[in-house]
Amino acid sequence: MATDKAATVSQREDPPRRAERRGLVRRLGTSVLRSREASVAIAAIVLVIYFQSTAPAFLSSGNVANLAGYAATTSIIAAGEVMVLISGEVDLSAGQVYALSPFVMYYAHEAGVPFIFAIVIGLIPAALIGLITGLITVVFEIPSFITTLGTLFLINGLTLTFSGGYPVQPDAGPTIAAIFGGNALSQIIWALGITLIFQFVLVKTRWGMHTIATGGNLIGAKEVGIKTGLVKIGNFVLCSLLAGLAGILDAFRIGSIDPLAGGTEIMFMAIASAVIGGTLLTGGSGTIVGAFLGAIVLGILKDGFTLSGVSAYAFDMILGGAILLTMLINVRLSRLRAAGGKR
Amino acid sequence: MSEEMLRGEHLSKSFGRVTALKDTSIRLDKGEVLGLLGDNGAGKSTLLKILTGFHQPSSGKIFIQGKEQALRSVGYARSLGIEPVYQDLALINELSVYRNMFLRRELMFGGFLRILNDSAMRKQAKEQLRQMGVHIPSVDVEISRLSGGQRQAIAVARSVYANAKVLLLDEPLAAMGVKESTMILDVIGRLKEKGDVSVIIVAHNYAQIFDFCDRINLLQNGEITFDRRTKDTSVEELTSLVVNEYRTARGTKTSRSDLNIQ
Repeated sequence: MATDKAATVSQREDPPRRAERRGLVRRLGTSVLRSREASVAIAAIVLVIYFQSTAPAFLSSGNVANLAGYAATTSIIAAGEVMVLISGEVDLSAGQVYALSPFVMYYAHEAGVPFIFAIVIGLIPAALIGLITGLITVVFEIPSFITTLGTLFLINGLTLTFSGGYPVQPDAGPTIAAIFGGNALSQIIWALGITLIFQFVLVKTRWGMHTIATGGNLIGAKEVGIKTGLVKIGNFVLCSLLAGLAGILDAFRIGSIDPLAGGTEIMFMAIASAVIGGTLLTGGSGTIVGAFLGAIVLGILKDGFTLSGVSAYAFDMILGGAILLTMLINVRLSRLRAAGGKR
Repeated sequence: MSEEMLRGEHLSKSFGRVTALKDTSIRLDKGEVLGLLGDNGAGKSTLLKILTGFHQPSSGKIFIQGKEQALRSVGYARSLGIEPVYQDLALINELSVYRNMFLRRELMFGGFLRILNDSAMRKQAKEQLRQMGVHIPSVDVEISRLSGGQRQAIAVARSVYANAKVLLLDEPLAAMGVKESTMILDVIGRLKEKGDVSVIIVAHNYAQIFDFCDRINLLQNGEITFDRRTKDTSVEELTSLVVNEYRTARGTKTSRSDLNIQ
C-alpha cells in the first residue's frame, strides 16, 4: 500500500525532475538573491561604475593592471584560506609563508639552482609549514587559531633572520618572470586558474566533499570513517603552498622580495575576501569563486579610494563596515535558504 | 538452531577509572532483530561502539559469523558488513541527500582525481529510497531541510545500501513523534521481512520497539542482566524489571541477584 502511495506521489509531481530543472535555472543565475557569488559580482560592478564616475583614471589600463595584480595575489591566498575555513580551521600564518617562500627561492637560485627549480624549492618550506601546522593542530588538538598564531611569529622571525632584514631583487630573465606573474595579465591568469581548479575540487571531487563534511559535522564525518585529520592537514598544506606561490608570483611582479611584505595585512585581506565572498568561519560552507570576487571587491575599494583621494584611515573603516554588513547579509541569506529556498 | 551472525564474549571497557561495560556477552543470529534495552548510562552506547570498531574493548573477543575478529577501526568493521546508525546520524547538513548516502563510498571517475559521479549517485540514491519506501521531496535537497524522521530514514537507508549484514541502530526513535516513528519502524519491518540483515536496536523506550524485536536484552550497570525471546516475555515483565532497578537505585533492599531473572 505504501508503494502505491509512492507511485501516485511521483506521478503527480515527479519531484526529482522538478528539482533538476530548478537546479538548472539556479545555475543560469536567475535567483541572484540566493546566490552568494552573484551578489558579490553585482557589488563589484556597482563599485566600478561608481569609481569610474568619480575618478576617470579608474579604468585606465595602468590602474586596471595595478588593481588586477593586487586582487590576484589576495585571491590566490584566499582560495587556500577558504579550503581551511571550510574544514573548520583557520590559517593566520599565510602572510608570513608568502614572505618566506620567495626568499628561499632567491637563495636557492643564488646557490646555482636554475630559477624554474628554485621556484619548486621555494615552495617546499611552504608545504612543510602547512604539514607541521596541520599535525600540531590535529594531533595535539590545539585550535588552529593558536597554532598558526605561533607559526606566524616563528616564520616572520625566520625570514627576517636569514634575509638580514634587507630586500633582494630576483633576476630571472623576461621569460620566467612573464610566466610566473611578472605582469598583471600573467598573475590574473594564475589567479583565475587556481580559482577554477579549487572550485572544481571543492564541488566536484571527493576531497572537496570530505572537506565540507569535516567542517560541517566533525564527529559525524569521523563516524562514517572519513579521515578528518588527514583532510585538515591536507588543506593546511594546500593553503600554505598557495600562500608561498602568491609570494613568488608577487616577487616577479614587483621585482623585489621584501622580508616585511605580506604579513598579517595580506592574510586578513584574504580571509576578508573569503568572508565577503560567502564563506562561513564556522566551517562546512564556502565558495572559492566567491572569495575570488571578494578579493576583486576589496581591490576595487582600496584602489578606488586611493584614486578618489580618500585616506587609508577611511578605507579601513569602510572595509570593516563592509565585512560586518556582508556577514549580516550572509546570515540572513542562509536563513532564507533554510526556510524553503533552493539548493 | 539459526545461524550465528555476531557474538561478543566477555567484553569489558573502562575509560580511566570508569567501567562502562563489565564482562558482557552478546549474541545475534542471522536475520534476527535484537532489542538492546537499558537506562541512560547503562553501557548501551559503549557496547554499540565496540561492535562498530569505534572503541576497542579493554578485554573480550568478538566473532563475526564464527570467526574471531579484532574490530580495529570503523572502516574495518564496515568492511565486514557492520553498519552503525548513530544517534547523531552522522549526516552532513551542508551536503545533499544523495551525497550523504554515498559518504565514504562515493562513485567516482577520473582516477586519482577522484571526481564525483553525481548523476550515478543521484540515480542510485533515488532508487534505493524508493525501494525502502522512504519519502522525501528530492535527493538534491540539503539534509538540513529534512525532518528528524526523514533524516533517520536516510541514515538507515544509507547503511542498508552499503550491504549491511548487521545494522546497529542507536536510539532510532529518540525524540520522534508517532508518525515519524511509524516511518522508521516501517523501514525496519521491511528489512526484517527480507531477512538478510540482522539488526540490533538500542533503545530506552522499549514499548515502541517491543513488537519489532525477536529477542530482548536488558543492560544494567554495564552488564546484560536479562536475555529472552520476545514471545517469552512481555512489556509488563520488562517494566517490572526496570521499576526494580529504580527501587534499587533509591536504596530499597533488593539485591542485584534478584534482578537476574534467567
